[in-house]
Amino acid sequence: MTTPGAAVATEPGIAVPRLDVAAIRADFPILDREVNGHRLVYLDSAATSQKPLQVVEAMRDFALTHNANVSRSVHTLGTEATEGYEGARAKVAAFIGAARPEELVFTKNSTESVNLVAYAMLAASLDPKADPRLRLGPGDEVVISEMEHHSNIVPWQLLCERTGATLKWFGITEHGRLDLSNLDEVVTERTKLVSYVHQSNLLGTVNPTVAVAQRVREVGALLMLDASQSVPHMPVDVVELDVDFLVFTGHKMLGPTGIGALYARHELLEAMPPFLGGGSMIETVAMTGSTYAPPPAKFEAGTPPITEAYGLGVAVDYLQRVGMDAIKWHEKELTAYALDALVTVPGLRIIGPEVAVGRGGCVSFHLDGIHPHDVGQVLDAEGVEVRVGHHCAKPTCVRFGVPSTTRASFYLYNTTDEVDALITALDKVRKVFG
Amino acid sequence: MRLDELYQEIILDHYKRPHGRGLREPFEAEAHHVNPTCGDEITVRVHLDGGKVADVSYDGVGCSISQASASVLFDLLNGKALAEAMVTLEAFTELMVGKGEVEPDEDVLEDAVAFAGVAKYPARVKCALLSWMAFKDAAARATAADESGESS
Repeated sequence: MTTPGAAVATEPGIAVPRLDVAAIRADFPILDREVNGHRLVYLDSAATSQKPLQVVEAMRDFALTHNANVSRSVHTLGTEATEGYEGARAKVAAFIGAARPEELVFTKNSTESVNLVAYAMLAASLDPKADPRLRLGPGDEVVISEMEHHSNIVPWQLLCERTGATLKWFGITEHGRLDLSNLDEVVTERTKLVSYVHQSNLLGTVNPTVAVAQRVREVGALLMLDASQSVPHMPVDVVELDVDFLVFTGHKMLGPTGIGALYARHELLEAMPPFLGGGSMIETVAMTGSTYAPPPAKFEAGTPPITEAYGLGVAVDYLQRVGMDAIKWHEKELTAYALDALVTVPGLRIIGPEVAVGRGGCVSFHLDGIHPHDVGQVLDAEGVEVRVGHHCAKPTCVRFGVPSTTRASFYLYNTTDEVDALITALDKVRKVFG
Repeated sequence: MRLDELYQEIILDHYKRPHGRGLREPFEAEAHHVNPTCGDEITVRVHLDGGKVADVSYDGVGCSISQASASVLFDLLNGKALAEAMVTLEAFTELMVGKGEVEPDEDVLEDAVAFAGVAKYPARVKCALLSWMAFKDAAARATAADESGESS
């Protein structure tokens, strides 16, 4: 095993947590590769993060020496695999401040986590005996926002269409902030659930939670946060946030693809009807009917991605060793540096907050007269990998009158040199299309 | 990767000064196509007259490749016999899905040979084909409208 690459140290006289970016980069061999004859500059961690050696090697070791199915074997390997899987659950649950590991359900990704809740509510809506908090019908309302990823829009559209409930949403201000000026009109006694994004994957905005949580409690609704872009980048505590549900995904936080999580308060998981039916989620099965296992097993039908869950646990170890405060601060500095540099590019307009306050390290922009596809292509020729398109957030694009954007996103392994490479490559874009 | 192979002068010229852009009347059919991955959109209108593409007009938003491709489409297909236009369309489609291994016929494709380099970039092939697929769709509808018009 390579040595932990992250030295957390506080420089004398500076009251901010630091990380050693050079040591961290050594844990990510991909960062040394070349793309189109240039050193790779990876600025697309909001799409998926790179994986450190520690995660890749731990997963390899797990697959080669402990592989077995979980929860159903008396043999030694089965016990080891179950310990690995459940140990990962405990780590991930603790990482977000959950009171107990059973409040964390492993899923495939954030999208599945949102759908799990939406389908549980649909099932509850069909069952008159289900918990009334989960039941929807005509006159009830679900609230989202205009800055959601499609995965936090479409499941609620489907749920509302199928139950006769109404979907409402918060708008976005000109500066890319969540418009909460009409909070009391949007969230009312009719509201059953408010689900919105903690950090926007397009605008980078980190949304306020206290006022919304307070209003949600006032009206007796449930609160869900899409934390796909926040859990990887800042300390997140479900108790502090006072949320009922929180969703996030492993591959954006140094872990593998195929593993994500749903946090829900335990009594809600108990009240929720199951989503997928099958093996592992039952207590007993008879031809005339079945009873279900207690959560989280109730929501984990079938053989789960065991090695991936284990890998996510190791990713959490890595993040904790570096320190989430240090990561947050590092990205804040990079974002401030990038915003300052980007505004010097002629014809460039930031889509989202233009200051590094109340925002994360995910920066969208539009270059006047040049399509993001073309921007991304020229940047790629320079080894700079960014995401272009609508980022699965079309309503946000429409709000700002652009069909798509170019997005650079930062993580713990990025440097100001890489921001400089982006700016230089943007000059090249303007030369080709100027 | 060679940028100039992708962004040939001809493509950039068509992008900066597109030919035949703007939606016009009359037309028998139009088709609106979108590229769901990037949000690019194009509307293509087809006016048929006596087996000829009497007018093909278009409007849309998109990258240089998709916009230049629509401009080249106008140059190549406008005024052509429909059957001949379909031959050109097939040649262009074949070039684009050929992964850069298809040798383009300059007599058929004219300026469109400049897109040969695009075929090596799988992410951009859809951009180049957007307007052509919309044309194919609109032409089929216009033909159907034409035929039902004749029979009534």
